[in-house]
Amino acid sequence: MVMTMVDAVGDKGMTMPDAGLTPFTDGPARLIDMDGLRRLVDVLRDRGYTIIAPTVRDGAVMLAEIDAADALPHGVRAETEAGTYRLRHGHDDAVFAHCAGPQSVKDFLHPSRARLWSADRTGDGAVTTTGPDRPAKRLAFLGVHPCDVAALAVLDRVLAGPEHPDPVYTARRDGTFLITAECTEPSATCFCTSMGTGPAATRGFDLALTEVLDGGHRFLARGGSPAGAEVLAELPSRPARPADASAAATAVAAADAAITRRMPAESLPDLIRAGRESPHWDDVASRCLACGNCTLVCPTCFCTTTEDVTDLTGEHAERWRVWDSCFSLDFSYMHGGPVRVSTQSRYRQWISHKLGTWHEQFGTSGCVGCGRCIAWCPAGIDITREAAELAAPRAGNEPA
Amino acid sequence: MTAAATAPPQFGNAAVPVPYRIVSRVAETADTVTVELAPVAQALPVFEPGRFAMITAYGIGDVPISLSGWHGNRPVHTIRAVGAVTRALCQAAPGAVIGMRGPFGTTWDVSSAAGHDVIVVAGGIGLAPLRPVIRRVLAEPTAFGRVSVLVGAREPAEMLYRDELRRWAARAQVEVIVDRAADGWTGPVGLVTALVAGADVDPAAAVAFVCGPEVMMRSAARALIDRGVPAAAVRVSLERDMRCGVGWCGHCQLGPLLICRDGPVVNHPVAAPLWDVREL
Repeated sequence: MVMTMVDAVGDKGMTMPDAGLTPFTDGPARLIDMDGLRRLVDVLRDRGYTIIAPTVRDGAVMLAEIDAADALPHGVRAETEAGTYRLRHGHDDAVFAHCAGPQSVKDFLHPSRARLWSADRTGDGAVTTTGPDRPAKRLAFLGVHPCDVAALAVLDRVLAGPEHPDPVYTARRDGTFLITAECTEPSATCFCTSMGTGPAATRGFDLALTEVLDGGHRFLARGGSPAGAEVLAELPSRPARPADASAAATAVAAADAAITRRMPAESLPDLIRAGRESPHWDDVASRCLACGNCTLVCPTCFCTTTEDVTDLTGEHAERWRVWDSCFSLDFSYMHGGPVRVSTQSRYRQWISHKLGTWHEQFGTSGCVGCGRCIAWCPAGIDITREAAELAAPRAGNEPA
Repeated sequence: MTAAATAPPQFGNAAVPVPYRIVSRVAETADTVTVELAPVAQALPVFEPGRFAMITAYGIGDVPISLSGWHGNRPVHTIRAVGAVTRALCQAAPGAVIGMRGPFGTTWDVSSAAGHDVIVVAGGIGLAPLRPVIRRVLAEPTAFGRVSVLVGAREPAEMLYRDELRRWAARAQVEVIVDRAADGWTGPVGLVTALVAGADVDPAAAVAFVCGPEVMMRSAARALIDRGVPAAAVRVSLERDMRCGVGWCGHCQLGPLLICRDGPVVNHPVAAPLWDVREL
């Protein structure tokens, strides 16, 4: 094979823990307290990581770089419904009790704008090309809920496949340290239980924390990789007693029970395939604004477009990759015009890809049940309800 | 091995174009040129017929263009000016440096048609990706059965590779048709689909290679199948907008297909049910 790259990154694929393997276990669970969590941030920082964690900004839980655990959203809950997201400040000290905010790990590993290359014309008319920038520091994500850990495994399949690893994504993903926080406070838009992605964390993380409030604020901690076990060993901790493990399991079981939103139980790819010509698309299109909010907040929506630019001399050119949305008219534009002109066809493309054709393309669902697209839709369109409507076409009545 | 077989393993980073120099440029029609390309330094892997390159006009953008031939070990591409990038590529003079990524996508898998009669149906610029198929089949007359090449163009002046069509006619059935006649045109007028009935092959033992506008491929494939060509032996080359060429950008989806990866060449039974859905 001929290597063709100048100064490329990401050629070799990745060396991350494979989410499909048997979960790594390193001895019994440990217990850490808030001091242990503070120490965790210090340890990661000392190891050279940029630490990305939930914070509160502009009335939402936003992901940002932190240098201390005090920046976490203490006592914050997020209340969501279709078209609604509101923070509520509680009276406890819980730091991971908020459901999915508008951002996800995607925002950092598959950035909304990234330079793919820059090129300069040399004296003899030739061109020298430089590939994408490699990030200076590795990323550690703290407090990623299991639905978003699953989303990361989906993105890995799309962007880090063996044949054509995406150099921008893999350069950020490779060496990432992932600390999941098992979900103990789902909100009304969550439906991870239908998608098999939560609320418990089973794989794909370096370290798993389960926040327990009952009987004292503490975190059950489990290593999920050798690196995670190593970091855990550096924290002040004590062995988890059966009562601690039981309290953590109870908190996660309560979350499981609290999640009542459901996808139809039948095969979603079959449902989508059978529904290609459904009259229901007209109904959705009468409500859908084709704004693309759902694709922006979705932790797996990966579509992009490119923008080529030059400097004023024309001797320097760059290609930038930016997020795109299948809801835009331009998305399907070919010479002759766009393929998906109607909103019907664009909504159908989005939900069909997410729930159906993603399986054929990447061997997994594109939906992890985080509920973001429901909460952040200005028209309150609910993917679970639209799927249910496809499953049982309305006969004059709204479904229950 | 089917026409939609998996592409061979790829070299490293697929995002960054590799500089190639235009070493010759032939104006085919008023809006279409054929360029022969040579690597400035490193070369891309060999492009097989059917696969495509993402060709960059630096500072403007890149577009998917199927291979239209080889000159020695230099890839040849035929480009029609339909947008900003293709206009810039068509205007580029010999000596100009453009960027190439690839090869991407599936091949026509010409080898698997060995022992069969071959029908090639081309509409407009669709003849370009099929030219290496025709050249290959005619270069190995003992390996393939009868060969029928059916070519349609909007008008006589838009017919590609006219000299080569005449040379092919010495060794194969070559029929041409235009949508609109012009002064001096003595051939038939109509859609290329109309030529299928006269293809001098055994349909049941033929493999068909079809490329052109989607509406033309749909009707040509239907005519071929109606004449007795097995649907699974009809290969078509799909087209959608592409930004990356390797499955990262999502633009080229057609139902379950990522055309850059699962196509562009697929068998008719794969394409037909997807074509039947409006705005898919």
